[in-house]
Amino acid sequence: MSKSINLTLKVWRQKGPGVKGRLETYHAGNISTDMSFLEMIDVINEQLTKDGKEPIAFDHDCREGICGTCGCVVNGRAHGPEAGTTLCQLHMRHFDDGDTVVVEPWRSRAFKVIKDLIVDRSAFDKLIQAGGFVSVNTGGAQDANAILIPAEVAEEAMDAAQCIGCGACVASCPNASAMLFVGAKVSQLALLPQGKPEAAKRVNTMVRTMDALGFGNCTNERECEAECPKEISITHIARMNREFLKAGLTAGEK
Amino acid sequence: MTLDAKIPGGPVAEKWDRHRFELKLVNPANKRKFTVIVVGSGLAGGSAAASLAELGYDVKCFCIQDSPRRAHSIAAQGGINAAKNYPNDGDSIWRLFYDTVKGGDFRAREANVYRLAQVSNNIIDQCVAQGIPFARDYGGLLANRSFGGAQVSRTFYARGQTGQQLLLGCYSALSRQIGLGKVAMFTRREMLELVVVNDRARGIITRNLINGDIESHAADAVVLATGGYGNVFFLSTNAMGSNVTAAYRAHKKGAFFGNPCFTQIHPTCIPVHGTYQSKLTLMSESLRNDGRVWVPKNPGDKRPPHQIPESERNYYLEEKYPSFGNLVPRDVASRNAKEQCDHGKGVGDTGLAVYLDFADAIKRDGHDVIAKKYGNLFQMYAKITADNPYETPMMIYPAVHYTMGGLWVDYNLMSTVDGLFVLGEANFSDHGANRLGASALMQGLADGYFVLPYTIGGYLAGITPAQVGTGHQAFKDATQATKERIHKLLTINGNRTVDDIHRELGLIMWDYCGMGRKDDGLKLARTKIQALREEFWENVNVPGSDKDLNQSLERAGRVADFLEFGELMVVDALHRRESCGGHFNEAFQTEENEALRDDANFCYVAAWQYQDTDKDPVLHKEPLNFENVELTQRSYK
Repeated sequence: MSKSINLTLKVWRQKGPGVKGRLETYHAGNISTDMSFLEMIDVINEQLTKDGKEPIAFDHDCREGICGTCGCVVNGRAHGPEAGTTLCQLHMRHFDDGDTVVVEPWRSRAFKVIKDLIVDRSAFDKLIQAGGFVSVNTGGAQDANAILIPAEVAEEAMDAAQCIGCGACVASCPNASAMLFVGAKVSQLALLPQGKPEAAKRVNTMVRTMDALGFGNCTNERECEAECPKEISITHIARMNREFLKAGLTAGEK
Repeated sequence: MTLDAKIPGGPVAEKWDRHRFELKLVNPANKRKFTVIVVGSGLAGGSAAASLAELGYDVKCFCIQDSPRRAHSIAAQGGINAAKNYPNDGDSIWRLFYDTVKGGDFRAREANVYRLAQVSNNIIDQCVAQGIPFARDYGGLLANRSFGGAQVSRTFYARGQTGQQLLLGCYSALSRQIGLGKVAMFTRREMLELVVVNDRARGIITRNLINGDIESHAADAVVLATGGYGNVFFLSTNAMGSNVTAAYRAHKKGAFFGNPCFTQIHPTCIPVHGTYQSKLTLMSESLRNDGRVWVPKNPGDKRPPHQIPESERNYYLEEKYPSFGNLVPRDVASRNAKEQCDHGKGVGDTGLAVYLDFADAIKRDGHDVIAKKYGNLFQMYAKITADNPYETPMMIYPAVHYTMGGLWVDYNLMSTVDGLFVLGEANFSDHGANRLGASALMQGLADGYFVLPYTIGGYLAGITPAQVGTGHQAFKDATQATKERIHKLLTINGNRTVDDIHRELGLIMWDYCGMGRKDDGLKLARTKIQALREEFWENVNVPGSDKDLNQSLERAGRVADFLEFGELMVVDALHRRESCGGHFNEAFQTEENEALRDDANFCYVAAWQYQDTDKDPVLHKEPLNFENVELTQRSYK
């Protein structure tokens, strides 16, 4: 049943990178529990605009949990309290009347704040550019059914491939590690025959790039897995570690 | 100006091969001397940018998102068509061609559609080679499922996230070229002007969305792959950032707009539930493989679904269209849902919904089989509505989803501005008046991987590289115009927010230019849009600065363009004295309430030329000749 609730919001406001930010308090009144969290911010922003103030800057696009654009830390948890849910799919029925809700950007050395709740996640693009691909040019591919892949292998690769690159894993990790993000891509391509020829090179360059970009290391906290909106398992990190070890043993692949 | 579609001669099945041979080539060593700008990084733009860089061209790619991986292609759920005939159920290139022409209600260009069907198979090969984890059978071969408007299973899929997987494949190819230094990627950049010098596209003006810098970029050709304009309706299944600005700016610089009134209202979306709502969520058409659509037989029956006995349910699609049943094309399914609700048989609080019921499928196949096929879609539905679709039928209603109209292009995908190419949803070409399910992904990737890389060579081979630089007066003029427009938006300081005006525009479009259109409604809509546009430029309130990340300013610029573009849609809808596909004028229908075409007078593409905001656009016609598919009344019975 739809009903209305009143909330106190404490939202991180920061004018730009390198500028000191702070939590501002806003009253969110008469919020329908059928609203999504981002629609609730829309309502606040409409009010701020009418009051002659600058609205809260936040990243969002598809609002159906697949583009990976949105994401904030809500009450200390990446994408808020619901498991397996992006912020845009989090609905206000999961909050109670009178709650205080603290909203902050992702925090990590590799993700600098651009403004308010928006951070720079271009480090993720650099990781994929380093090796998160199969080197095939357009044209000349063999018939799609010439490569046989057992259904369960395709399924496991798909489990890893559904990463939306939102950055929640980094934001929730005490070390700000990107191991789940990199592990998911390395694992997907290591499972599939198409990814095998470059497997050693891929894992080496991606891990090296991850370190260079300022991401921390993995100490098996499992926070990434707990907060990942696509519930990607840390077994993919384990597979990446095995791939890394294997690559180290392979002569000629540094 | 006469429209020349440049369709190659010869039988339809040989046109593309022949054309590829006749196209001029650019010498491999010369390719790097040519700069190509690609605006948009979705399936069409991303695949084009990657493929052009692989060929050796110098590519600059732009997107408004923070990463090319976030383009809205990512949200496509159900699948991608190809004429592989792997299931051995009678598919062929010819059948895919035929189904697409018929599905589009005979308003698409035959030669383009045939080429699309031809290259569909290459796309699947390419995607598998990239490591896209398509669904497979236990023997390891690729799996297929059925989609609307076809009686064969030709749709390849990756759970309910096919668009995501295809986009990530194309993003990985693009990333590889960025890493190699062959593509310069500009993220969080919005194209605000097209620069045209001596009737040729020579570059673009962009705004850096982080610091507000207005930047000039010169090139030998410009490729627009900027998606559709569904957000003119405010509420649609599009991403919040999807907009018409790049295409409309190009239109104002001379690119004709083709069939703008051809919009697709997708039948299976989660119904509207509140005035604060920011967007609508689509439930993949693939659900209609197993879900049965029904409403209560008696108008006003408000009992919960499980209390309505079988004998008092009306499975209206199965009854009316026995051979296609729940898998009729989208326009037909949507119109029928509206018709049932208009008769008072709609369900839910608002009466604007119909049931999509999986009870029989779950009884037949078991919970686990259904969960495997549609698990993520069921989960998404449950998150939004707090209802469990395994136990109670889904409630669905049509919503704006895709736009078949777009910038007019010839067979080479070049617009009426030389050197300006348009791909994917942003062009008008392949879907006629209605797009079949799982064909948007196919077209985006066909254009970017397998059509443009050939046809752009034919254009570039005829020009000298790097003739116009950013120092040219045209760049200075376009920069100045852009800055003035931004300044104007920021200094109106009125009383209404951008969203408030956008919402009002959306309601006008939905009420008068949506699923059912009437002449007097369209005429009224036109005056309402003009008045709203006037109000916008006098009374909008855009806070913040131009030297900063300013999301209100971004939206204001887009809504300003929607306020002009919406009128063009209405003008196009008014002029087309027939119904076809997604364009349904209630004055033109068969006795069975199907769209009634007028092939004698309207078998053409309407391509509109921009004059001035206050002047009516000029209509140009590209006649459509059907040499291979017979023009008939579409029947899915």
